[in-house]
Amino acid sequence: MTAPKEIVDAVLEGRNQAVARMLTFVERRTDGVDDALAVLHRSAGSAHVLGLTGPPGSGKSTLVSALARHYRSEGRTVGVLAVDPSSVFSGGAILGDRIRMSDHGDDAGVFIRSVATRGALGGLSRACLDAITVLDGAGTDVVILETVGVGQAEVDVISAAQTVAVVSVPGMGDDVQAIKAGLLEVADVHVVNKADRDGASRTVAELREMLRLSRRSAGQWNVPIQQTVAANGDGVADLAAVFGAHLEWMTEHGERERRARRNAATRIRWVAEELVLDELRPGVAAFDHALDEVTAHRTDPLSAARHLVGRR
Amino acid sequence: MDTREEPIRVMLAKIGLDGHDRGVKVVARTLRDAGMEVIYTGLHRSPEQVLDAAVQEDVDVLGVSLLSGAHMPIFTRIFHLIDGMPERPRFAIIAGGVMPDEDVDALTAMGVAAVLGQDTAPDTVVERIRDVSAPAREA
Repeated sequence: MTAPKEIVDAVLEGRNQAVARMLTFVERRTDGVDDALAVLHRSAGSAHVLGLTGPPGSGKSTLVSALARHYRSEGRTVGVLAVDPSSVFSGGAILGDRIRMSDHGDDAGVFIRSVATRGALGGLSRACLDAITVLDGAGTDVVILETVGVGQAEVDVISAAQTVAVVSVPGMGDDVQAIKAGLLEVADVHVVNKADRDGASRTVAELREMLRLSRRSAGQWNVPIQQTVAANGDGVADLAAVFGAHLEWMTEHGERERRARRNAATRIRWVAEELVLDELRPGVAAFDHALDEVTAHRTDPLSAARHLVGRR
Repeated sequence: MDTREEPIRVMLAKIGLDGHDRGVKVVARTLRDAGMEVIYTGLHRSPEQVLDAAVQEDVDVLGVSLLSGAHMPIFTRIFHLIDGMPERPRFAIIAGGVMPDEDVDALTAMGVAAVLGQDTAPDTVVERIRDVSAPAREA
């Protein structure tokens, strides 16, 4: 079996086959992948990471495809991570986002990877952020993370993007309201896709109303509402321009740095949690001892836990 | 090696002028229900697009569904493209759909790991895909 460290150089050169392999290592948490990620992390940081989220059927995949086409026309390379849920029953998944992204088939400058959530709480989040590191470290100019924005884990993932776009469509009524409420705080840009449909202006008005009600202070980024028809490309160039403007605004106002720090904090915390949890399972002597002691009421859960993580 | 069981990743592809996708969708669901991750390409892809996508997705198995009768030229093209790749991809390639018995040997000789005709039972499809994915997953 190929070891992660053997292909790090090829990933840094941006070779698609190596990038694909490394993403599998990240997903499978193959031995040695952490060392490879450590190298890649040092070369990462220059990509613009976009997060695109919205309800199923809002046209996210089509929009991602249209954005990729736009960025390619500017000569920039694009990496896409398209997240779809795994079946809770079988653990399997049908990943269909590529169906809408077919016109980049023979362009090596667009790298698309389908990711199944695999049901692991937090596991997806970490794998996704590591996958962003891989694409970023491989020299990708724009990384687009596409996910159905439901659940805390997905909000965590999407928050790792520098620019988050929440996609709505006209006429989705209450469903979309619920999702927007959960993601309202993280949206840097609202997109009303399929804007050629009836009710688009109403959806825009509703979003505007909601933004007006949210707390805002002076000097904050003014969240724009962009209208697109991804299927024919209308509004896509404008949307990309807004994404660019957002990145520029963040850089000027120190927000880019702030988000990078927040992102770093999240990632350190996740990894730390994993390191700690790895020691807290049956089969580890200290943990088994703690189990015995707490079960026999010789000590209490909190004291045992403090002892185990080395804090008093 | 990992100790956990990782899902087998399969790409299912339709290539060329063949609009019959009911079978491939049934197979996609069958594989999902067997715990596999299935990436479906959609209709009317070119061999170039499909190979590119399979490399990016780093799948264990690439299944090409063909009911158009064009399986010989399409698989010839696929293996020609693979010969031109800088590195041989690790995935196994299988064929599904309608293929006359007399073509099966020729397909196998080209490098097709399994030919699953339209009458293959769902359980057999799952079993064969598990079998052919094993060497790819070691790679």
